[in-house]
Amino acid sequence: MAAPTAAQTTPGANSATRPLRPSLRRLPFPLNLYQTAVGKKWVMAATGLALLGFVLFHLFGNIKLYIGVIEHDGEPIYDVDLYAEGLRELATPIFPRTWLLWLLRFGLIGAFVLHIHAAVSLTRLNVSTNRPYESKRDWLAANFASRSMRYTGVIVLLYLIFHLADLTWGWIPGYDWERGEVQANVVNSMSNPVVAIVYIVANVMLAVHIFHGTYSMFQSLGINSPQYNYIRRHLARALAAIILIGNVSFPIAVLTNVIEYDPSLLG
Amino acid sequence: MSGKTLNLTLSVWRQPGPDARGAFMTYPANGIPEDASFLEMLDIVNEGLIEDGELPIEFPHDCREGICGTCGVMINGRAHGQEKGTATCQLHMRKFADGDTIVIEPWRATAFPVVRDLVVDRSPLDKIIEAGGFISAPTGTAPDANETPIPKEVADSAMDAAACIGCGACVAACPNSAAQLFTSAKVWHLNSLPQGQSERYRRAQNMVETMEQFFGSCTNHGECTEACPKEIPQDFIAYLNRDYMKSLVANRKLAGQR
Repeated sequence: MAAPTAAQTTPGANSATRPLRPSLRRLPFPLNLYQTAVGKKWVMAATGLALLGFVLFHLFGNIKLYIGVIEHDGEPIYDVDLYAEGLRELATPIFPRTWLLWLLRFGLIGAFVLHIHAAVSLTRLNVSTNRPYESKRDWLAANFASRSMRYTGVIVLLYLIFHLADLTWGWIPGYDWERGEVQANVVNSMSNPVVAIVYIVANVMLAVHIFHGTYSMFQSLGINSPQYNYIRRHLARALAAIILIGNVSFPIAVLTNVIEYDPSLLG
Repeated sequence: MSGKTLNLTLSVWRQPGPDARGAFMTYPANGIPEDASFLEMLDIVNEGLIEDGELPIEFPHDCREGICGTCGVMINGRAHGQEKGTATCQLHMRKFADGDTIVIEPWRATAFPVVRDLVVDRSPLDKIIEAGGFISAPTGTAPDANETPIPKEVADSAMDAAACIGCGACVAACPNSAAQLFTSAKVWHLNSLPQGQSERYRRAQNMVETMEQFFGSCTNHGECTEACPKEIPQDFIAYLNRDYMKSLVANRKLAGQR
């Protein structure tokens, strides 16, 4: 028996050298990517990229609200209603109707689940490893967006549920929701100023989340080249601005009657 | 050393031992020469405390020329104080104004328990270094100069990474107490050079997985680089992430080929 060392006899002196967490039980290949914090951040970045792509395409589709009524097969129809029906008929000769849409939806749901699970487990890890300062911190590089990711993320999730309940499922009372009548549903929903404010506030939060997410994604995926790194901040600003201006414009346009629904135009 | 002197008020974290409760104590620091370093200012205050029969403030220090990485405290909410790219020992009192109140707190992280006053136990950083293992260096006679050609840019990048003195300011400044900047500097300093290639992916994997037993996860705030006395860039964190993700595939392939 060796004599006890100073570290063993001094209470607490050896506490830091013990790991806070045990070493990993290694899982087989694709699963081990998700075992560590670096891997989880990589998954968060990859799923974030997929979700960002969805948000951009969603905005692209919404712009059709401004186009209004068009002539299709000799019938007048709202362009956005035609677009929504077109999504259900994506690649219809190859896939049966709505199959490809559901495939994309399952991909999105998977991305959401992974993104949120990684966020929750990393937040729990970071809360456990961080011991807050007793004196006031002076932040130099962290900005509002980077420090509020967990809060803007929760707000975006709650907004997503509200948005689906409002326009996809028609659960929000206050107007007569009709399946497939996209222009009518959007205008009837957002002409309520309270609902419009919910949309505006939530999309500001979404833009803030995307601002830090876009920049952070490059670091987490390991995409870094000092010659081109300045582009990352510009890209983050540009994407956040596009999402912000684009998405906030719809409730404002409905309130100011720029986007209208007039059943008499459909004949 | 004839020059202006400063009269300051210090609010210092005092904690008698690892398991004891700590609190801020206020001390006057009068007649501090402008040319004194921050640590010399603490020395002067400690001399006064000893004369008054009080225990001196324990603070970490060694070389006092900014290269050993021993010193480091939170000064007015910033790791190593307000001077960019400077360790606490190289921060001079002329950067403060007469009458200032200076709040001094030890590094805070679950992995860095306070030993006493401003001294914390940073041994988890040593565990990460240990996990890095060795590099295969051929023994024998000294190699000829320029035998291993290294592009200038690569040598510069490796040197920037090797500048890390391991003070722990990155962990202290991080809202998640992540040690990503430290680990990335230690990994990149060897992984960028030809001499470090044989163990490249084993090193990346072992160091990251050891790091994660003690520290939090990087959320890309960038506070670490601002706090770093050697201004280690964020870029190395991206290189570490890249090498770690590659290592999960590369190390598996190597294991399969055995």
